[in-house]
Amino acid sequence: MNGLTELSATVSNLLFLAFIVGIPLHGFCRGVKVYETFVTGAKEGFEVAVRIIPYLVAILVVVGMFRASGAMEIIAAAFPAFMKSAGLSPEVVSLALMRPLSGSASLGILGEIVSTYGPDSHQARLSGVILGSTETTLYVVAVYFGAVSVTRVRYAVHAGLLADAAGILASVAVCLAFFG
Amino acid sequence: MLNIIWLVLLVGSVAVGLMTGHLKEVVISVTESASSAFKLALGFTGVMALWLGIMKIAEESGLVHTFTRLIAPLMSKLFPGIPDGHPALASMAMNMVANMFGLNNAATPLGIRAMEDLDTLNERKGTATDEMCMFLAINTSSLQIVPAAAIALLAAAGSSEPTAILFPALIATTVSTVTGIAAARLLSRLPRFRQEPKEGATHERLD
Repeated sequence: MNGLTELSATVSNLLFLAFIVGIPLHGFCRGVKVYETFVTGAKEGFEVAVRIIPYLVAILVVVGMFRASGAMEIIAAAFPAFMKSAGLSPEVVSLALMRPLSGSASLGILGEIVSTYGPDSHQARLSGVILGSTETTLYVVAVYFGAVSVTRVRYAVHAGLLADAAGILASVAVCLAFFG
Repeated sequence: MLNIIWLVLLVGSVAVGLMTGHLKEVVISVTESASSAFKLALGFTGVMALWLGIMKIAEESGLVHTFTRLIAPLMSKLFPGIPDGHPALASMAMNMVANMFGLNNAATPLGIRAMEDLDTLNERKGTATDEMCMFLAINTSSLQIVPAAAIALLAAAGSSEPTAILFPALIATTVSTVTGIAAARLLSRLPRFRQEPKEGATHERLD
């Protein structure tokens, strides 16, 4: 493993511990009854989880159906050949299209791209950059709005998808600049 | 928008499934996805409870209040509609910090907590506020500084330089976040999406 990867993992772990240990420690010094307070807060956990179930079911069912239908392959194959010269092979296009719908599926596609083209290929790097600059928009919308029972989301999805599109375009441009 | 996306995915999947001969897989995926959605929510309960407990301690100890004051200058620019010292500012900031460092297990519970805090300012329950949309736009634009999963996958496959994507990804994710913020700002002004203050609302808007 590269030193930089290790460093970032260490920083993440330390931050995690700072939250989990630091907050109760600070609370104790301030005279908070940490155990009782923790339990009072944690009680709401189940309620929240139950509240988001209908929203998760709604999104995950249509995403699952869409994946199973093979529509992604058809859309990806329809993209013109000139895009391949920018590293946008059909697999990379389907990764970009899958990303707002499902994080695990898009990571799975990255695995396929890496084994098809090699881990140091332009396609693999571009896919990694796309994954790093976009988010599973529909999942986040479902969970976050589901938690407060919001169904009229106004322009949240538009803004999220625009951000994803900008991230993908920027990834293509930056990768061309960096990796030619 | 969600209505259209949902229906297009639903009907489109069946139509394409018919054409490609994958209809059987489509049918199977319906019940499989539904039960996996439930399992996902259930598995999420423990982590959610953990973070809600930790957050409660941070509230009682005054840490949330201190943190809110510290980040107020930045947050008030992004979320002008939220009153000074409101707890939503702290929970949103903590969610963003967790997202930047790729702590997904922490980010989602903190984000849900932030949405609940934002909902206390919501005059129309069931409808998203401008602040919620801005928060979602920032969240869905990806804030992660290090694309850890992708780097790990490249490294595992024997890449000679898995961290080569680090800097390009940082640039691309900055572009997407700026776009998300700008898009949310601009869209909130469109007549289609603009919301007039509710009649009989207790606070006045002076702008």
